[in-house]
Amino acid sequence: MAGSGTAHLRPRDESLLRLENLVVEFPTRGGGRVHAVTDVSLDIKRGETLGLVGESGCGKTTAGRAVMQLPRPTSGHVLFDGTDLTTLRGSSLRRARPQLQMIFQDPISSLNPRRKVKDIVSEGLDIWKAADKTNRAGKVRSLLDEVGIDADAALDRHPHEFSGGQCQRISIARAIAMEPKLIICDEPVSALDVSVQAQIINLLDQLKARYGLTMIFIAHDLAVVKNVSDIVAVMYLGKLCEIGSPDELFRSPTHPYTAALLSAIPVPDPETKPEELPGVGGEVPSPLNPPSGCRFRTRCPRAAERCAQEEPKIREIKPRHYVACHFPLEVDEAPVTTPSSDGAGT
Amino acid sequence: MRFRRRNRQALDSADRFPSAPPDAPLLEVGDLRTYFETDRGSVRAVDGVTLSLDRGRTLGIVGESGCGKTVLSRSIMGLLPKHNVIRSGSVKLEGQEIGNWGPDQMRPLWGTQMAMVFQDPMTSLNPVMSIGHQITEPLLYHFDISSGYARELAVALLQSVGIPEPDRRLKQYPHELSGGMRQRVMIAIAIACGPKLLFADEPTTALDVTVQAQILDLLQTQQRDRYMAMMLVTHDLGVVAGRTDDIAVMYAGRVVERAPTKVLFSKPRMPYTEALMASIPKLGDKSHTRLATIPGRPPNLINPPKGCKFSPRCAYVQDKCRVEEPPLIPDADGKHEFACWFPVGTPEGRAAFESNKQAGLTAVEARLGAETVSADGVS
Repeated sequence: MAGSGTAHLRPRDESLLRLENLVVEFPTRGGGRVHAVTDVSLDIKRGETLGLVGESGCGKTTAGRAVMQLPRPTSGHVLFDGTDLTTLRGSSLRRARPQLQMIFQDPISSLNPRRKVKDIVSEGLDIWKAADKTNRAGKVRSLLDEVGIDADAALDRHPHEFSGGQCQRISIARAIAMEPKLIICDEPVSALDVSVQAQIINLLDQLKARYGLTMIFIAHDLAVVKNVSDIVAVMYLGKLCEIGSPDELFRSPTHPYTAALLSAIPVPDPETKPEELPGVGGEVPSPLNPPSGCRFRTRCPRAAERCAQEEPKIREIKPRHYVACHFPLEVDEAPVTTPSSDGAGT
Repeated sequence: MRFRRRNRQALDSADRFPSAPPDAPLLEVGDLRTYFETDRGSVRAVDGVTLSLDRGRTLGIVGESGCGKTVLSRSIMGLLPKHNVIRSGSVKLEGQEIGNWGPDQMRPLWGTQMAMVFQDPMTSLNPVMSIGHQITEPLLYHFDISSGYARELAVALLQSVGIPEPDRRLKQYPHELSGGMRQRVMIAIAIACGPKLLFADEPTTALDVTVQAQILDLLQTQQRDRYMAMMLVTHDLGVVAGRTDDIAVMYAGRVVERAPTKVLFSKPRMPYTEALMASIPKLGDKSHTRLATIPGRPPNLINPPKGCKFSPRCAYVQDKCRVEEPPLIPDADGKHEFACWFPVGTPEGRAAFESNKQAGLTAVEARLGAETVSADGVS
């Protein structure tokens, strides 16, 4: 439950990106602090996709943006390919940034409405003078081609002439233009219809295989995250709850929050009786004043005294499956069974 | 702000229409069409929808954005823009034709007979009116009650939708509440005057999964306790799966398939329904399972394709589909309606699919992709 620790990190030299004790706080006008991300450590190997899930306000987007140093983390380290991005300033940071790209949630508003598609896609190439002008034009064409957009029809058009799915493809073309090592996808398919969502997910998978991309995939839809990820981290109110491989984590979640999230997903199967599933009551507490100890304890069916006093540390519960909880669920329990309320305090 | 109370001579809220036949279904929609006039031509948002709904039943309306599901519910309720709209067809509430009624005639029905829960609770609540004011507004408008009593009713309503400390909440404004709480307030307003028919238009799209489950549970209990009919409009098949009696799937302004929920999921007949279900990522699948897709995108509603409107994206398409539009007809037992010449799961459908497979149609390849787990995903 929303704990800290670094037990789940792999050796330093194996990872492309490694977040160590990342903290992001925002000051508020009243002198308070929004604890957006508190002591999160994560690592990603080259070619891996990390899925980051949680409810809105859990800090998943902020964590993703802090990797880009937008905003700069309050404390902690972001080790990317051996360099600590938090120590870089000015032009050295600027030089590092083409290696990192982002794809945003709303495809239409993340493209400049007043610019043509060809200018949007080639902007990075133009800035970095990646090739001479004619080669750049050819490169833009091949990029659009790669993401499934007809270049002849698209180059001179503006974003508003495209559907949401097509705009997202253009955003993807823009992101891969600089041949980045890491792409941060922040809810890239949440605004799309299911049929288009499937097209975009397949496209990302395809590009990942072709370019050997490493991705952070931020989303609230667990089924989508499961589909695209090699490793999944569940966040709650700025902290990590559980980390593991998608198949393992979703089959037998050990953190009560993961289990609750899983049981809340609407399943496209008429045989399920959603009302009878346990779910989770209440809403996420304010990050201005997060609960003491384990941050999930206010909504947790298993919460006991200890959870209020002592923050759980991340520990390995099964091989490559980590959890931060004092009273994890039975390891072999099925994913959607009730976390028994009398289980607290055992 | 004081509200003009409506003329009590008009229909009394709890009454049925004087002329209502006792056995008429609560809602009957016949060949409803709603076109929007634009500079480019008329947009056929709803293009001939026929359906009926009984009291106490829940109907899910499912489709992608732009399929006309929202316009359908608004058109039934009479909540359309004043200008540049062409609406035809019949809407009968308890046997009474209301399809041609204007806002003045409809106003007594809004809230008491039919009500709507909208998608985005932030923009559909009035930001400068207190919660209490917004809940008592329909009560004071429709019923001849004192404001003190209306306030008591509002407290009881807030309690019934699961809002803690209702007395304090009455004085608060929408921005002081979380998204889930706002949607609860929306539901309280919608059910305040005891409607018989509740429209819920994407009621949980703006909410987190955990809160979504809470709100859907709430809608379901309220619908049962009050014996309302409910139309749950959504793009998410998962939302309607366990919570509706029947489902109507819409595509390009028409209902293309309608069946009891279990039948629709177990034996979809319309290729669009089948493709839609196949494109949802499922939790049970292994990670990196390649998803089935529907190639192309929904048709332009100004110039829809000839024949079946799904034909350009369909894996079962034959020459006939491109010329002749299939009607929505029931199968042998009369419960399952679908509009398709080559339905899924029938010999004709299978033959059509096989011949397209031979011909290497893109739509077939997009579907078949799902059956083979891709090897390129995992490195």
